[in-house]
Amino acid sequence: MNRVIPGFSLSLGITVLYLSLIVLLPLGALVWQALDVGWERYLAIMSGARTLAAFRITLSTAALATLFNGVYGLALAWVLVRYDFPGKRYLDALVDVPFALPTAVAGLALSALFVKNGWFGGPLAALGIDVAYTPLGIAIAMAFTSIPFVVRTVQPVLEDLAADVEEAAATLGASDLRIFARIIFPAILPAFLTGASLGFARSLGEFGAIIFIAGNLPLKTEVVSLLTFIRIEEYDYPAAAAIAATLLGFAFVLLFLVNMLQLWQQRRIGTGD
Amino acid sequence: MASDPRTQATAQGSRRIRVGDGPATRRVLVGGVLLVTALVLVAPLLAIFVEAFKHGMAAYAASFAAPDTQYAIGLTLFTALIVVPVNVGFGIAAAWCIAKFRFPGRNLLVALVELPFSISPIIAGVAYLFVYGAQGLLGPWLGEHDIKIMFAVPAIILASLFVTAPFVARELIPLMIAQGSEEEEAAVTLGAGGWRILRLVTLPNVRFALLYGAALCNARVMGEFGAVSVVSGNIRGQTNTLPLQIELLYQDNNAVAAFAVATLLTLVALVTLVAKAIIERLDAARVKAQGRPGH
Repeated sequence: MNRVIPGFSLSLGITVLYLSLIVLLPLGALVWQALDVGWERYLAIMSGARTLAAFRITLSTAALATLFNGVYGLALAWVLVRYDFPGKRYLDALVDVPFALPTAVAGLALSALFVKNGWFGGPLAALGIDVAYTPLGIAIAMAFTSIPFVVRTVQPVLEDLAADVEEAAATLGASDLRIFARIIFPAILPAFLTGASLGFARSLGEFGAIIFIAGNLPLKTEVVSLLTFIRIEEYDYPAAAAIAATLLGFAFVLLFLVNMLQLWQQRRIGTGD
Repeated sequence: MASDPRTQATAQGSRRIRVGDGPATRRVLVGGVLLVTALVLVAPLLAIFVEAFKHGMAAYAASFAAPDTQYAIGLTLFTALIVVPVNVGFGIAAAWCIAKFRFPGRNLLVALVELPFSISPIIAGVAYLFVYGAQGLLGPWLGEHDIKIMFAVPAIILASLFVTAPFVARELIPLMIAQGSEEEEAAVTLGAGGWRILRLVTLPNVRFALLYGAALCNARVMGEFGAVSVVSGNIRGQTNTLPLQIELLYQDNNAVAAFAVATLLTLVALVTLVAKAIIERLDAARVKAQGRPGH
């Protein structure tokens, strides 16, 4: 511990007190409410058709959104790191739009684009693809709000990648695709998976962007966060507590996974904190 | 990264040395990414403004005349005015103890600081309800003393504090760790007290990161929807912030007004991103001049 610089007790005291009041107290209350529900009732709530459907819809659309961002995010990071082209700085700035833009605004904009007479909805309807008020719309809203995760985790690792192994492989006659698959991709894999997990976690809990475009029909286009909200509005607090605590459990599992991935990454680079 | 040999090689346009540098691959990748970006990131931004001005300037301007909307603007500004300074203070305190000291549980504390990022705003809202709601942990006590937190402005502020707690701390912690403590130690040797060191040494060194963290925090407070919609009770002209007002207007089939209000929040977001770009450039200039990260 650094004993020269003052202010340790004060800053630690403020931090711990603030986190206890603002973060731990409410999360503790949620867990306490959920435990109060009891195991049998919890199982009954969670195995209800509407709850099960909401989890199935949320998990599958989040997976679809993560798949899209895995491909697009990786390509975006690659283009930003490896190439120079006019407007690159603007592209880099645009990546953060989904983080800065309120989710309600994003949802509103996406629904305007994808309704039947919207810029995208019209042409898509002509192709027989409905987006607004379908699970596909949910996936699109999730994909939009989680675009930055893969880009921003992969970008710095790709920047720091040493050129020598790549060059050696090229000298030995390996093709671009082979070098990418055998050398580059394994090197960025931990960062890529970290970004994908963060994006997936964000998608599981997304609310604002989705409710504008989803149609919100029970059993069809109702996501878990919305079902939690509806249970609260119905004053069905045990159900809200059970569902919210389950969602919190998912968040912790993903957080644990991300931490494991970061340990893997640090070991690979050989630099700890 | 300017000294990196590979960047120099590409800059000089010398022989092809790296994967994907072939002209065809390059064109396909850059073109593809630009096209998808135009569709998924640029189009939504454009759509907001196009829809807002669909019926002309007068209809756009009239959208802001509604008393509920004006109230929502005021409440949103008020919330940000309280939440941003509080979380700036928390961010500085958290970064100070985490970056300048080693102590047991430090990693756990870092994880706790970042925790709100991983939690759905809906969960945050529900969790607050279970503390301050009528059936919550403190509900009976609050009821006895006639203190109203839930479905009122205090709950909106508390929920906003939760979701934006990590923003400033997260910008400051890595930077302050990277900068080390030598300057502060020198200041102590020269007889400076803690507050003086913070004000004259540490904060000037991290001012850009601090500003950016505060800007992000502000954008998120003004735009928070999920957590606030659970705890606010959505009472028109009383507990409606701007994002909730957008939803109400949209449900009222008043699309132009909904998009008009949305343009305000979009502008906040765009200003935040421009600020980030400026700060990054200033930072790059500083690193060049001083040879160390100075955000």
